[in-house]
Amino acid sequence: MDPAAPRDEALFQYLLRLGDTPLILAQRLGEWVGRGPVLEEDIAQTNVGLDLIGQARLWLAYAGEVEARCAPAGRDEDQLAFLRDGGDFRNLLLVEQPNGSFADTIARQFLFDAWHLLLLRALADSGDARIAGIAAKGAKEAAYHVERSEDWVIRLGDGTDDSHARMQAAIDDLWMYTGEMFTPDAVELGLVEAGIAADVRALAAPWRQRVDAVLAEATLAAPGETYMQRGGKQGVHTEHLGHLLAEMQVLQRAYPGARW
Amino acid sequence: MTSQARAPVVPAANDGSAPSRPTVAALWLALAAVPDPEIPVVSVAELGILRGVEWDAADPATLIVVVTPTYSGCPATELIATSIREALAAAGVARVRLETRLSPAWTTDWMTPEGRRKLREYGIAPPGGTGAAVGAAAIDVAGISPLRRAAVPVVCPRCGSLQTRLLSQYGSTACKAQYRCLDCLEPFDYFKPH
Repeated sequence: MDPAAPRDEALFQYLLRLGDTPLILAQRLGEWVGRGPVLEEDIAQTNVGLDLIGQARLWLAYAGEVEARCAPAGRDEDQLAFLRDGGDFRNLLLVEQPNGSFADTIARQFLFDAWHLLLLRALADSGDARIAGIAAKGAKEAAYHVERSEDWVIRLGDGTDDSHARMQAAIDDLWMYTGEMFTPDAVELGLVEAGIAADVRALAAPWRQRVDAVLAEATLAAPGETYMQRGGKQGVHTEHLGHLLAEMQVLQRAYPGARW
Repeated sequence: MTSQARAPVVPAANDGSAPSRPTVAALWLALAAVPDPEIPVVSVAELGILRGVEWDAADPATLIVVVTPTYSGCPATELIATSIREALAAAGVARVRLETRLSPAWTTDWMTPEGRRKLREYGIAPPGGTGAAVGAAAIDVAGISPLRRAAVPVVCPRCGSLQTRLLSQYGSTACKAQYRCLDCLEPFDYFKPH
């Protein structure tokens, strides 16, 4: 066995996590096409989704190349996206949660964006040059994503009684999915040790500081201590992912190998 | 880190190759005419996404073209690649190797002054400030006020007024925001610094 194989296997798993999370969130944002509350936001929502799909493609293409080094064959980005089942997806639980109302979507986006920007900035210093390059590029996009989602959290939180109540409920409902963003497992810790992965534990404090500052300006209360769900990074998902994949993968499932 | 990125070097004259082969300088000119599919008034060279043109040292009949995409998910990327191949075929280059370079990441700082002028005349406010700051800035958590922070002055490309207002962080493409001029009352696109 190639001595680099265990490292490659871990790197493959890590790249799936990096790629699956923006892929699944982009699919959720795509569900908003034609349904945005106003035209500008319909467009904004899907432009953010487009950035995330682009990032997912870069991560998954790299994942497939790494897989080819440690498995009998590597899959390309499309095979990874369209031909895996739910248990093989490694995305965060937060991003597979349903769109709900515009407030639910914005809360999900805000909690994610604030973390995503910190993650990508940390990964821009990765010892793996390919990871550093994709992350540095993605960080510039994520900086605009978080600016927009913060704007909306403040506008809706500090808005009407109805928008305030919906925004608060959305933050409260999604809070339990934020814990796993900062909880590494053995796969990550090994790669942190090797100078490749970001140590997500170090992102918790700056994330919390930014989230608290925005919630305060939005006149919203930060949720207290609560039980945190986890499992997405290990392939244990909520019931929502299967339904999302059924729609996202239908074409390749119905017509295997179909091409544009 | 992107601010130190070197600008593409355009060789001034013949690179000493066989006379039947177009010079790199001539090919730069041919590629400078390839328009961006989303904003056809500017070329891929003026946008700064064309990063290198050189003959392959190992295979003198193959031209290497290096492109740095704008946004990760920009749908124009594949059309740009096709347009570049077509322009080179028209210039008599049969074999092209198109390389995508992600790092250093593309920045609006690479947009040429000519490109900025054309954007303005087309009705799109060119990027202000420096794109390098977008990716590199530390998070300022003290006294955060995104709504006010987004209200940096952007000059109306139609009447030159500074009295403009952000409508949406995203416009017809991810690289643009939507603004409205409070003087001439026209909406317009703003090419965001990146």
